[in-house]
Amino acid sequence: MDKVIKKHFALFALPTLLAFTLAFLIPFGMGVYLSFCKFKTVNNAKFIGINNYARAFSDSNFINALKFTALFTIVSVVTINIIAFIFAMLLTKSIKGTNGFRTVFFMPNLIGGIVLGYIWNMIINGILLPFNATITTDATYGFWGLVVLMNWQMIGYMMIIYISGIQNISPDLLEAAEIDGATIWQKLIHVTFPQIMPSITICLFLTLTNSFRLFDQNYALTAGAPGKETQMLALDIYNTFYGRVGWQGVGQAKAVVFSIIVAAIALTQLYLTRSKEVES
Amino acid sequence: MKSLKRVLALSMAGCMAVGVLAGCNNNSGGSSGGADDEDKPSAVGEESVDTSSVKQIYFLNFKPEISDKYDAIAAEYEKQTGVKVKVQTAASGEYEKMLTSEMGKSEPPTIFQINGPVGYQNWKDYCADLKATELYNQLNDKSLAVTNGDGVYGVPYAVEGYGIIYNNAIMDKYIATSDAKIKSVDEINSFAKLKEVVEDMTAKKADLGIEGVFGSTSLKQGDDWRWQTHLMNVPLYYEFKGEGSPITNCLNSETLEFKYADNYKNIFDLYTDNSCTDKKLLGSKTVDESMAEFATGKCAMIQNGNWAWGQVSGVEGNTVKEDDIKFLPIYTGVDGEEKQSLCIGTENYFAINSQVDAATQQASVEFLNWLFTSDYGKKAVVNDLGFIAPFNSFKDDEKPSDPLAKEVLKYMGDSDKETVIWTFAGIPSENWKQGFGASLLEYVQGNKDWTKVVDEAKSSWTTERQAAAEAAE
Repeated sequence: MDKVIKKHFALFALPTLLAFTLAFLIPFGMGVYLSFCKFKTVNNAKFIGINNYARAFSDSNFINALKFTALFTIVSVVTINIIAFIFAMLLTKSIKGTNGFRTVFFMPNLIGGIVLGYIWNMIINGILLPFNATITTDATYGFWGLVVLMNWQMIGYMMIIYISGIQNISPDLLEAAEIDGATIWQKLIHVTFPQIMPSITICLFLTLTNSFRLFDQNYALTAGAPGKETQMLALDIYNTFYGRVGWQGVGQAKAVVFSIIVAAIALTQLYLTRSKEVES
Repeated sequence: MKSLKRVLALSMAGCMAVGVLAGCNNNSGGSSGGADDEDKPSAVGEESVDTSSVKQIYFLNFKPEISDKYDAIAAEYEKQTGVKVKVQTAASGEYEKMLTSEMGKSEPPTIFQINGPVGYQNWKDYCADLKATELYNQLNDKSLAVTNGDGVYGVPYAVEGYGIIYNNAIMDKYIATSDAKIKSVDEINSFAKLKEVVEDMTAKKADLGIEGVFGSTSLKQGDDWRWQTHLMNVPLYYEFKGEGSPITNCLNSETLEFKYADNYKNIFDLYTDNSCTDKKLLGSKTVDESMAEFATGKCAMIQNGNWAWGQVSGVEGNTVKEDDIKFLPIYTGVDGEEKQSLCIGTENYFAINSQVDAATQQASVEFLNWLFTSDYGKKAVVNDLGFIAPFNSFKDDEKPSDPLAKEVLKYMGDSDKETVIWTFAGIPSENWKQGFGASLLEYVQGNKDWTKVVDEAKSSWTTERQAAAEAAE
């Protein structure tokens, strides 16, 4: 039986492979090709070499967006994971109404990014109103607005992943550590963390890539205002591709650079955290 | 394992072949439609083409405020002729984006809109030559069309005008106050007079029952076109008028002197200093919100165009009566502005997609002819769409009846006045406008000096013009 399946492995893999090729490989390949072209719509491309990449890197908007995105990603990954982990610890302590809390914290994740963006736009403008300011008054407002929004949306999800990790820690280990006289901190650092390393890998991966690729929330909350100071990479690519005459190729080149960066970050992070995972 | 690799390789090869073939199809489809310069098809309408095979044409509409009107017109056309008109509407400010993505599809729009010479540059591979069409030949003023060499690539379908809209009921109330600066609104014929009146009105705003003279200067991104494009038109017009058409002069200018920057500042400061909203909060205001302020009587004046009547009358709790809504020209303190009229022009040009087959192109043109020459079509244009259509198929009694359109017609008919032509069609790019709008917001919030706003507008003009030239190569 096993042998038969192995023999026909390729046949069974074919549907997925076909879908993957049609929906991902071909468009991606076309995208990379288009980044070397000058075009108006995807059907009338003309090859022009690396000119688009040169223009992309000499575009100050792109560089600013890259810096802003990097800063945002660092801040939001740290805050989301720390807060989500604290919540997860609290909600595995058999407090009354734990399930209710878990549900409530998870809820924001069910709302779409655009809607969340507009909701927070109203909330933040409402808060700033007495101070005669709006979210577009200063880029720092936009930055922290995005961080708050992203935290609000992602914490619940990450919390659930951490909870499942924490619940899988064998009580024996914790008990043994206690008997050996470990303090709460020692238990946390030497037992809990190594044991939930797989959860940390997943959470870091999800927050890192989601923060870096953020588009909807950015578009709805600030749309880059004031000026283009709060414009993140994905939004900058969108605006370059659709908003500027003759810049489609440059937008495409930016998108290719963007995919490479995201892939590089994600793979490095996976490699680093995976290597720390232990067998329980 | 070996067979696995073989199957994998085969399937990959198959996939790639499909991809390549699909690519070929697209290319050949494109060139047979006329992408090749070598065998450019003759202009639409020149030869008789059998359109009986055409079942559907596709119109990508630019004006979201009248999308439901177009749906009704399309339904009627299908009833009369059997040709289905698919109407899609782009959200405000999203037209270029939607057009770009729709054009890449297998059933692209057959009728679309370009916003003038700049839009034509962008879409020149897709614009069919319309010089043989009835639509073009019906134009009152052929110079309004977008042309290139011998060809006609965009036909304007609506003339529009904008200025400062005021609520006459509030103005009457002001005139009735003690020591009012004017006896009649007609006395306002310069920036100095306007400023005097506006500042006096601000002082008396409690008596007048308003929160400010002007509606909010909406500077939210995407809602700032009234300032970065429309208001900017006034200094552009004065800078580029002279010999030849100001639009062409503006379009050909590598640099912007911004000679009338102080005039722009005059009127912009007047708007924001006497607004019903605090300066710092303008960054979150939309056009809709500021039109609602006007409609509910919170302010007396607002800068906008004749298309705004629908918006004002549609607001719940609208207090502005049809007889009370009037236009004033936008005075900025330029010498001789007493004779200045409204800003009148068009940025609405129909273009036909040259990359679809000839029969579909012809069918698309027939729809437009029908819309602007048949009795049903003309009635719909005047009453439902509210266009001031620049075609001689429209008689004098077939002009729109909404109060602002009537005002525009009145100003157009006054030959003593100097119309401010829509010079903004020559602005190098959308990006320039967005940058200028963002600068204005920072200026009004007190984070940027006016001199910096002006300097950036100038330098951005040069770089954007170069970028546009580069892109057009």
